[in-house]
Amino acid sequence: MNTAFFAMVRTDMRLYFGNRKALLIHVAAPIAIASFFGYVFGGAGGGSETSRIPVLIVDLDSSPVSRAVAANLAAEKALAVESSTLEEARDKVRKGKASAALSIPQGFGVAAANALFRGENKPEIGVLFDPSHAAEAGMVKGILMGSVMQAVSREAMSGAGGRASLDRSLRDLEADRDMAPADKRPLTDLLGSLRRWNDYNQNRRAAGESPIAAGVTVPFTTREEAITARQDQPYNSYAHAFAGMAVQFILFMGIDVGIGMLLLRQRGLWRRFRAAPLSRAVLLSSRAASAAVISMLILMVVFGFARVVFGVRAEGSFGGFLLICAAFSLMTASFGLLIAALGNSPEAARGLSILATLLMVMLGGAWVPAFLFPQWLQRLTLFVPTRWAVDGLDAVTWRGLGLASALAPTAVLLGSAALFGVVAVWRFRWEAD
Amino acid sequence: MLEVRDLRKTYGSVAAVDGVSLDAGRGEILGLLGPNGAGKTTTVSIIAGLVRADSGQVRIDGKPLAGDTDPIKRQLGLVPQDIALYDELSAHDNLTLFGALYGISGAPLRLAVAAALELVGLADRARDKVSAYSGGMKRRLNMAAALLHDPQVLLLDEPTVGVDPQSRNAIFENLVTLRERGKTLVYTTHYMEEAERLCDRLVVIDHGKVIAAGTLQDLYRMLPASNLLAIELEHPDRPLELDELAALPEVRSVARSNGVLKIGVSDLARETSAVLAWLGAHGHSCRHLESERANLETVFLTLTGRSLRDS
Repeated sequence: MNTAFFAMVRTDMRLYFGNRKALLIHVAAPIAIASFFGYVFGGAGGGSETSRIPVLIVDLDSSPVSRAVAANLAAEKALAVESSTLEEARDKVRKGKASAALSIPQGFGVAAANALFRGENKPEIGVLFDPSHAAEAGMVKGILMGSVMQAVSREAMSGAGGRASLDRSLRDLEADRDMAPADKRPLTDLLGSLRRWNDYNQNRRAAGESPIAAGVTVPFTTREEAITARQDQPYNSYAHAFAGMAVQFILFMGIDVGIGMLLLRQRGLWRRFRAAPLSRAVLLSSRAASAAVISMLILMVVFGFARVVFGVRAEGSFGGFLLICAAFSLMTASFGLLIAALGNSPEAARGLSILATLLMVMLGGAWVPAFLFPQWLQRLTLFVPTRWAVDGLDAVTWRGLGLASALAPTAVLLGSAALFGVVAVWRFRWEAD
Repeated sequence: MLEVRDLRKTYGSVAAVDGVSLDAGRGEILGLLGPNGAGKTTTVSIIAGLVRADSGQVRIDGKPLAGDTDPIKRQLGLVPQDIALYDELSAHDNLTLFGALYGISGAPLRLAVAAALELVGLADRARDKVSAYSGGMKRRLNMAAALLHDPQVLLLDEPTVGVDPQSRNAIFENLVTLRERGKTLVYTTHYMEEAERLCDRLVVIDHGKVIAAGTLQDLYRMLPASNLLAIELEHPDRPLELDELAALPEVRSVARSNGVLKIGVSDLARETSAVLAWLGAHGHSCRHLESERANLETVFLTLTGRSLRDS
C-alpha cells in the first residue's frame, strides 16, 4: 500500500513540476503580481510617499485671505494643489482628474473676517468633489478648515482688512440694542484688544518688521508611529501582497488538482487505479498528499522570493508561519478533492470552481484588505477560510505576533480542510466512468 | 479460473446486466460478443471490482471477490477500453507507476516493466513519451500496463478499438502468447471477425442478457442455415411480405437490414433459385446478390432478428 501511495504522490509531483505552464501560473504569477501590489501599496520602507490628492483652487476673491488659504493648502504634503477656473475645475472633477475643487467666492476674505467674531453672514466655499473619492473629499474639507482659520485669524490680527473688520464689528456692537450692556463690555474689550494688537502689528510691518504671533494656529502636532513587529520596523506592504497572491494562486493550483482528477476519470486512468487492490482512502489521500506538498513548496518558494528580494520575514513566530502554511496547503488539497467530487466534467467544473475561488479570495482580503469591507461583510468573511489564511500570514509576518496568533487560523483552516474532505468523500462518484 | 454467477446491475429502470453467468478456464480466451450498450463493459467492470453488482457473484480461482482491497484483485488485470495512460510520461514511467499500484517495487518491478515492454514490442521505445506514440503503440502499451503484476485473469475491454490492422495483429499475437502461458483472457468486442479469429468460446450478450454461449461450432449449430443470401432489391421501397417469404420450405430465416434482404438457406444451388423465383413472382427484381457462409453475424441475426452492426 505504501509503495502505491508514494508512487502516486511521486507521479503527481513529477507531472506537476514537469508542467511549465502550471509553474508559471502558480509560482511566477503570484510573485510578479505581489511584487507590483507591494510596490504600489508602499513597498518595503513603509515611509514611501503615497500619492497626493489632486485639488483645484478657484480663487474668485483674490484677497490676502484667499491667497493665504490657497498657500496654506498648497503647503500640505497630502495635497497636490493647482489653480483653476470654475468651468475647468468642474470639468476636471467630472473626468476624475481631480478629487475635489474648492471655489472661494468673491468677498470671502472680508466676509470671513466679519463672521469670525459675530458668527453671522458666513461666506460659502464651494466644494466640488468626485463621488468615487468621497473619503478624500472629507479629508480635503478637514484640511481646508485649518487653513481658513489660520488665514482669517491672521488677517484679523495683523492685516488691513482685519482692522477694517474689527472697526466694523466694534461699531456694530455699539449699535446693537438687543445685547445687554454687561454682555457687551467684555466683547468690546476683546475686540478693542485685538484692534490694538492689529495696530501694533501694522506698525511693525510699516517699520519693515514681521508681525508677531499673528493669527491662531493648530494648537498641537502629531507624532505618527506605525505599529509593526518591532519599534522602528517599517511596514512592509510586500508581506500582505505576497500572502494574498500566494493564497489566490495556490487555490488555483487546487482547482487544477480537482480538474486533473476529473481528467483521470475521463481518460480511463481512474478505472486502472480502481482495478488495483487499493482502498479508497489511499486513492484519495495520495492525491491530497501530493497537492498539499506542492502547495507547501509553492508557498515556500513565493515567500522565499519575498524574503530575499523584499525583506519579507516571519517577524513573529516562524513555527506559526509554517503551521498556517501547512494548514492552508491541506485545505487547498481538500478543496481540490471537493472539486473532483462535485464536478461532472472538467469543463463544467473549471468555470464554477474559478468563480468560487475568486469569491473566496476577494472575501478573504487578498485583493482589498478586509477592514475596508462594511461591518456586516467583515463578520461574514469570518466564515471564509482564505480570510483566516491571509490574516494569519499577516499576523506572523509583518505584525510580528507569536505562535498563539497562528493557532486560530490554523484551526479554522484545518477545520475547513476536514469539512471539504468529508463532503468530497461523501459525494465522490466511485463507480462513474 | 473465473466464475461469474447471475450478475445483475440496474441503473434506474434500465437493466445493464441481467443475470449474466459465465466461466473461463486457464489457457482460454473467452469472448464477450455483443453490440454497443449490450452490457459487456458493465459486466467486465463488475468482474474487475469497479462496479458493485446488485446481486450475483464473481469468483477467481474459487474465491469470491469482495471489496476494494481484496488481495484476489491481484489475480486480475484490466485493459480498459480507453487508452488509460499518462501521455506526459514515458512508457517506462507509466508501467513503473502501474506496477507500483500492485505493491511491486525495486528489482521485481524493473523486471516486470522490461518483460511487459518486450512482450508488446515497445522495449526500444521505452523512454519515449507516450504522446509521441502512434494509436496502435498506445493500445499495446495499454495492454502491457495490465500485465505487470502477472495476473492470472486478463480482462480486455475492446482492446483494439481504432487501431490499424498491423497493430491489431500484433495485439492478437500477444494474446495468443498469453493464452499459451496459461492465462485466462476475457475479451469483449463487437467485432465478430475478432471473436471468430481469437476466441475459444463465446458468450453473446444483448440487452444485458446472455443469449448464447459456447464454442464457435456450438453457436453455428444453433443456426437453421449454413449460408446467408444477401439480396439487394432493385426497388427496396416496394412492399414485401417477409412472413410469406419466410414460410417457404427452402428458407430458414429472413431479416432485412439497411435495405438488404438477408435469407438463411442450406443448399445454395437449390434454395437460391427458389428464393429468386419467389421474388420474381412477386414483382421484385434483384440488383445484386451475394452469398456468405454463416458467421457470428448470422448467429446474432438469428437470435435477435437484428444485425450485430446495426444494434
